[in-house]
Formats: sequence, structure tokens, C-alpha cells
Amino acid sequence: MSRFRDLLESGEFVVTGEVAPPRGADLAPMHAAVDHLAPYCHALNVTDNQGATFRLSSLAASRAILERGLEPIFQQTCRDRNRLALQSDLLAAWSLGLENVLVVTGDDPRSGDHPDAKAVFDLDSTQLAAVVQGMNEGHDMIGRALPGGMNFYLGAAMFPEAEPWDAQLARVEQKVTAGVRFFQTQAVFDMDKLERAVAALRPLGVKVIAGVLVLKSPRVIDFVNAKLAGLEVPEAVADRIRSAPDPTAEAIKLATEQVRDIREIADGVHIMPLGLDAAVGHILGGESARLR
Amino acid sequence: MIVTTPRDWAKVLANLESVDARRVFLVGCGECATTAHTGGEPELARAAETLAAEGYQVTGSTVTEITCHAAGAKLDMRKHVDEIAAADAVLVFSCGAGVQAVADVVAKPVFPALESAFLGTIVRNGVFEERCQMCGECVLDQTAGICPVTTCPKGLLNGPCGGMWNGMCEVLPDRECAHVRIRRRLAEQGRAATAAIKPRDFSHSLKPGAVDTRNRGGRQ
Repeated sequence: MSRFRDLLESGEFVVTGEVAPPRGADLAPMHAAVDHLAPYCHALNVTDNQGATFRLSSLAASRAILERGLEPIFQQTCRDRNRLALQSDLLAAWSLGLENVLVVTGDDPRSGDHPDAKAVFDLDSTQLAAVVQGMNEGHDMIGRALPGGMNFYLGAAMFPEAEPWDAQLARVEQKVTAGVRFFQTQAVFDMDKLERAVAALRPLGVKVIAGVLVLKSPRVIDFVNAKLAGLEVPEAVADRIRSAPDPTAEAIKLATEQVRDIREIADGVHIMPLGLDAAVGHILGGESARLR
Repeated sequence: MIVTTPRDWAKVLANLESVDARRVFLVGCGECATTAHTGGEPELARAAETLAAEGYQVTGSTVTEITCHAAGAKLDMRKHVDEIAAADAVLVFSCGAGVQAVADVVAKPVFPALESAFLGTIVRNGVFEERCQMCGECVLDQTAGICPVTTCPKGLLNGPCGGMWNGMCEVLPDRECAHVRIRRRLAEQGRAATAAIKPRDFSHSLKPGAVDTRNRGGRQ
């Protein structure tokens, strides 16, 4: 049973973290990150070749995290697999005990480490969400009965600061219609825009987990602005980190403030530590935020 | 029209070298490659000069009216039978369909001198954009006449994706997001666009495509 689902649906404020599977077959670095996040997170997102860079599959890494005692959110992008492979991996996920799925479009290969790769995009994320919902209803994409009693907790991404907002909102509504129950957002800097998003999504009966990105150095800010699609660090925030005597300490302070704000607005917070895993406990509120 | 671009000249020379060709016959196309400024009279004249400068002998050249017209290409090659016979290889300045039409009727090695790029809209003379990729399952009825399969670099039927920033595309940041354009035009026309488009049926675009109107009594 997905405890993450039970908590979120019962109205508890949830904390999710994010880990990247390793490039290579040595899981030790990933487990080190997991162990930093584990005491403070209800569930951990496991990325799927994030940024279109080659990694261990989210499927294997999610299972490894489950075996380590944490609840994973298995991420699936539409970039690398066609509908046969996507459905097959969803069956694999369920058979491996992975109940939480986050479906996303996926970055274009041209932004990653294999820019010469063929992008698949057989389905888009809305269509993939409908596939997961179909599995929950007991059938595959062609309507054939699918034994196994799957009951995925289905999430998708949304972008509170995206403009034009009406295009973003229409997209979110499509995803809800397709069966999405919770949204994890891109990093939020403008809390008014997060409030706008939550106000629009609550009436749809879905949960919003707001993203926080730890901008530990000017270099990370440059990386985010150059490499992370659909995100730009506002000038004021970038200046604050860049001009601080200790940028890392300032980034932790900023993230801590953001988490405090988000607790008042959203249904949960999704923390993306970008390597600063050891600071996550502090950012979430220190010892009192410890779950286990 | 079919938009073509010049093939890497080093590859063309390597192709000629692979069959020890010193004498070459050139074929252009009077239709698309002429419009694309890649395989018309001026481009063939320039290629002939370049080849001569590199020590090749050009035995002759022709700009076929429509190179991908199999019967037309056959007829045109027949007119140049002696020049082709004198050549070691034939270079075709057309799309891949034209290259194959020529290769089917010439008993010499035939090489492409262009790369076939896309089905293009002529924005203005010499400026071409891909707006249709002939997927065989048109969605323009639902997308206000803007094709997301082609103009969204990810080919997403439903969008925008998470990479959209201030209405602009993630992959091509100087271009407006196709899905933002679609939504705006639909709204301008008072058309709702809330329902997600269903996944494509790729069985409509299985290769190779073939249509035979004769065997259907002239009906599609």
C-alpha cells in the first residue's frame, strides 16, 4: 500500500525528495543520498535519464530504494520508450512493488549527453497518464483486460510560474481528466504564483507538492538557467546567492524560507537538493522535521 | 516541395573515389531542387566547375523536368545516353526519390549530391520551413491549422511541455511554443481546446507508403 498516497490524500503535509540513479552499476553514491534524505522524506522521486543524460533506469533504482526502506516515486518520461515499452515498464513497476508513478514528457535529447539519440515521444505525458489510469481500471491501451489489480498513485508535473498561465492551466486540466491525482511542481520562487496555482488546482480535487531547488552556488544558478528546461532563477534570487559571503549558507537559508512559505500554501514540498543532500534536514526544519 | 541541402562535399568525393570514377555525369531537378537552389542549372554549373578544378571530367549534365517522375527521368536519361555511357558515375542533385528514379534507369553507379531534408513551405524565395511531415493522420482540424507533430520539436499532440518558458520553445528558444500558438488561435476563433488529443495511430505512416489509384478505379 502506498503510504505516500494515504498521507497526501488524508491532508497531511508531505515531503518528497529527489535522487538521481547513478551512471554506472555502483549504487553506493545513490544510497548515500537516499540515507541523507530518508529521515525527512515521505517518498523519493527517482528520475528517468534526467536532462536526457544516460543513467541507471528509474525502474531498477526505484526498486533498490524500496528495498532500502523508502517509498519511491517511479518517474517515467515519454522520450526514450514507445507505448509497448512504457506499458511493459509499468507492469514491471507494479510487479516490483512500485505504486507511485510520475509521468513527464522528458527533455529533448539535444539538451543531454547523447544529442544524436532518436527522441521517441510516441506518447505525450497526458496520453501516458491516461495509459496508467487505464491500467488502474484493468485494461491496456488497446482495451484488453489486464490482470493484476494495479492501483498506481498517479502524478504529473506542473509549472506554477509558466506563462502564458492559461496554456499551463488548460494542460493541467487535461492531465487531471486523464487521471492524475497529484502534481509535483517545478521549482517555485514566486509564492504568489504558487498560490495562484494551488487555488486553481484545489477545486479539481488534486494535490500540489511545490518544488524547492537548493541553489548552492553561482555555478549551480548558471547550470539551472542554461540547462534546466522551463526554469529561470529570478534576478533578485540569483543576486542574493551570488553576493552572499557564503553562497551555500545563503542558499540553505533561502530554501528554508521557501519551505516555510510552502507549508502555508501547498499540500507538500518537493526538495531538489542538487547535491546538497546533507543540508536537507536543516532546510526542512531540523530535528523537528525528522520523520523517522 | 521537398527541401534539399547540399551533401557534405567530402562525402560526394569519397563516393566517386569508391568506384574510381574520374568522369561524371550530373543530373539536376527542374522542380523542388531548382526552387531550393540546390539542384537547378546554376548549381549544376557550379558543381561542374568545382569537379573540373578537382581534376574530374564532366561528360555532360541535364536538369530533368521532374526527376522523381520515373518515366520522365527514364526519357531524359535516354536523351543523354552517350554522355552517361562516357561517365564512370552519375551525381544526382535532387531528393532521394529523384536519385532512385535515375538509379533505376542508369546502369552506372548513381550517387546523391544532396541531402533530402523535409517537406517544406516556401516562406519566401530561398527560405523554407517544415510544417508538415506527412504523418497520414491529420490533426490540423483540432489544432487551428498549426501542426504540433511537426512544429513542436518533440512532436507532442498535447502541450505545452514543461520546457516552455514565457511562451517560447525549450528546444528552439527563439521560436514560440507551437502549443501556445495553437491555443491562442483557437481562442481567437472562439474554439475550445480542452480535450486531449488521443495517441497517434502509427500504422497510418508505415513505410514504404504506396498509393495506386488505378487499382481503385481512380478513387482514393
